[in-house]
Amino acid sequence: MNPLRKRRLILILVLLLGVGSATALALAALNENVNHFYSPTEIAAGKAPSGRTMRLGGVVLEDSTKRDPSSLKVDFVVTDRFKNVAVQYDGILPDLFKEGQSVIANGSLNADGVFIAQEVLAKHDENYMPKEVAEAIAAAQQEKARVREMAQ
Amino acid sequence: MMPELGQVALILGLLLAVVLAVVPLLGAQLNQPALMAVARPASYGMFVFVAISYAMLTHAFMVQDFSVAYVAQNSNLELPWYYRFSAVWGGHEGSLLLWVLILCVWTLALAALSRSLPDRFMARALSVMGMIAIGFISFTFFTSNPFERHVPPLADGNDLNPLLQDFGLIVHPPMLYMGYVGFAVAFAFAVAALLDGRVDQQWVRWSRPWTNVAWGFLTLGIALGSWWAYYELGWGGWWFWDPVENASFLPWLVGAALIHSQAVTEKRGTFKAWTLLLAIAAFSLSLLGTFLVRSGVLTSVHAFASDPERGTFILVFLAIIAGGALTLYAIRAPRLEPSPPTRLFSRESLLLANNILLAVACAMVLIGTLYPLVADAFDLGKVSVGPPYFGLMFTVLMAPLVVLIPFGPMTRWSGDDVGTVFASLRTALLLAVIGGAVWWIVRSGLTLKAALGITAALWVAFGTFAFLRRRWQLRQPGRPYFTAEMVGMSLAHLGVAVFVIGVMFAETLNVERDVRMAPGDSAEVAGYTIKFTELRHHEGPNFVADEGVFEVWYNGKLSSEQHPQKRQYLRGQVMTEAAIDAGFFADFYIAMGEPLDNGQAWAVRLYYKPYIRWVWLGALMMMLGGFIAACERRLREPVKRSAEAPAPVTEPALPALPERA
Repeated sequence: MNPLRKRRLILILVLLLGVGSATALALAALNENVNHFYSPTEIAAGKAPSGRTMRLGGVVLEDSTKRDPSSLKVDFVVTDRFKNVAVQYDGILPDLFKEGQSVIANGSLNADGVFIAQEVLAKHDENYMPKEVAEAIAAAQQEKARVREMAQ
Repeated sequence: MMPELGQVALILGLLLAVVLAVVPLLGAQLNQPALMAVARPASYGMFVFVAISYAMLTHAFMVQDFSVAYVAQNSNLELPWYYRFSAVWGGHEGSLLLWVLILCVWTLALAALSRSLPDRFMARALSVMGMIAIGFISFTFFTSNPFERHVPPLADGNDLNPLLQDFGLIVHPPMLYMGYVGFAVAFAFAVAALLDGRVDQQWVRWSRPWTNVAWGFLTLGIALGSWWAYYELGWGGWWFWDPVENASFLPWLVGAALIHSQAVTEKRGTFKAWTLLLAIAAFSLSLLGTFLVRSGVLTSVHAFASDPERGTFILVFLAIIAGGALTLYAIRAPRLEPSPPTRLFSRESLLLANNILLAVACAMVLIGTLYPLVADAFDLGKVSVGPPYFGLMFTVLMAPLVVLIPFGPMTRWSGDDVGTVFASLRTALLLAVIGGAVWWIVRSGLTLKAALGITAALWVAFGTFAFLRRRWQLRQPGRPYFTAEMVGMSLAHLGVAVFVIGVMFAETLNVERDVRMAPGDSAEVAGYTIKFTELRHHEGPNFVADEGVFEVWYNGKLSSEQHPQKRQYLRGQVMTEAAIDAGFFADFYIAMGEPLDNGQAWAVRLYYKPYIRWVWLGALMMMLGGFIAACERRLREPVKRSAEAPAPVTEPALPALPERA
């Protein structure tokens, strides 16, 4: 093999190896770090795995926020107006956190089905509802209607 | 009346953009100097009319003309004048007009500063700028007209989003847009070269300073955004891998690759096709970023009202611009002559590695940013990609890049001896290892990863000094010791070192604590004692606030008194205004969270952020490096008009390295 070809071959092999390992690494990292979004209805239906990091979205249920008097622990309930999920959080809630307003929490479900939030996000616009939350609530309304029909 | 004047001026700007896009290009194709000569006056005219239009919108804000819907949405009677001035770009419509204005500024600069370039080439490049201007002016005019009237006029306006009532936001968008739009110049040069059918080193030499300046502005814009998010969002982080941050980071990465590949093409004539492709990619990614931000397809903190019509418009425009350029590239690029062979260990190979790593990093960020969209489209569920993905991928790809930096300037073009280069960097490596080890021992709590990162940063710094020392030793009488290009490069590389050190410390040694505090309480965090002395009421021009008075004690001495606020704006928005005891080696960050027990006590964020300033300092050094390198005299010298092979570059190449004594 002449030296030019040999060098090109080496270059191509190195490139293939690099691209291959980068792709593999990227897929593995993506797989580990993709957080799925679940609504309270989906969680109630057992669709969400416990222990895995996920996002929960919905509306903060009215009169559900309870603060621990001696620490920053806070409990509240997230609802899609069909099913509810209890959320526990230890920290400072965002400025726009309000009962009756939409919220997204990052965290995971514990064994008792309580959502342990690591982070709570509220949008910086009172009239704005995150797309996912709006769709989840619409889906929950449909589910609610379907359940009612079946009961009748 | 005045807003209508602005509207008319914008239409005239659009018409001139059409003239600019069509006439000079036609002239260049038909070889008609008279038509080509239209390019410059049309560029000046377009700038003048767009500037008038922009001034009219600013005027509407200054006189509080609430009959203009956009003004009514983003201003009110209590808003101070300087925020009214910056409120012009505080919303979607006005910020697009700012974008258009900056595009016209770049076009104007290109028309005025490039008289030494061949007329035909300039006619084509300015025509491309005109085409881009058509896209953005009509986007502004047809989908997002800032001059639209609100009937009947309102007595008072809504308010500028309080997050945006801040110095950081006055300067962040203009700088960012300077960068985004600046890549349009490199793009226009690349397309003009492709149209010319003669892709040689000349167009690269002409476009290098423009790319460097655009990249410098983009660096500054991103750094300002990061700094603003740090003190204004109240979370104390400096980078969140938010889709919109990523959108600005993608062109930055490709721009960094472009700067290096342009250097190779200009000096050695290699990488031609690749450089063209990067120039097209950098601007296309700027457009993609615009699409992601303006269409609202991704959930992000930058909540511009989402409007599918706008998204579609930009997507179509992106398809035309990028698709057209890539088609042209596909037709013309195969004509390029093959690159001369080089040895495996050469500066070309090292810069190739630089480009591959930066391009792959860009691809990784792009994948992570777009994955939620793809997953949604294919019904894989609603997902988001967590910061750990970006953190991991980025570290893996950037670590080799950082390690390779010192080799680049030390290695000669077209081939060098590995042993000699290593020998000349031996001292730098030794110093870096010692420095890293000392730092690791002195600062307890540093992880091994951070210590390795700091060693790598020191290696970059000492390697850069070794290069500067070598240049000094080899100086020749009558020639400059250091060219602007070298100084710029060295400064930017030192900036990388400073940035990496900042990141390593800020990420591993930071302490974040949320505590409950009432006036009279004190808390200890990372050796600091924080005393909450008083809670008081504060009134601003358009807000009222609960203000805490905190004493920050360090080493038994009072370091500063801080006044974080929880603001309630008159229009109802609540905002946290953090207070920061800022220092070169560490920041102490205090933010009022939420009132507890009916305001008797507060949930307070106490953050210790070591070396956080170094993150932005490093970015500023990179920016300055880009600007200084753009001042290189060689790049501004008029081109000899020998249409045939361009004169070989008489760069002050690194002379043969003398044997080490």
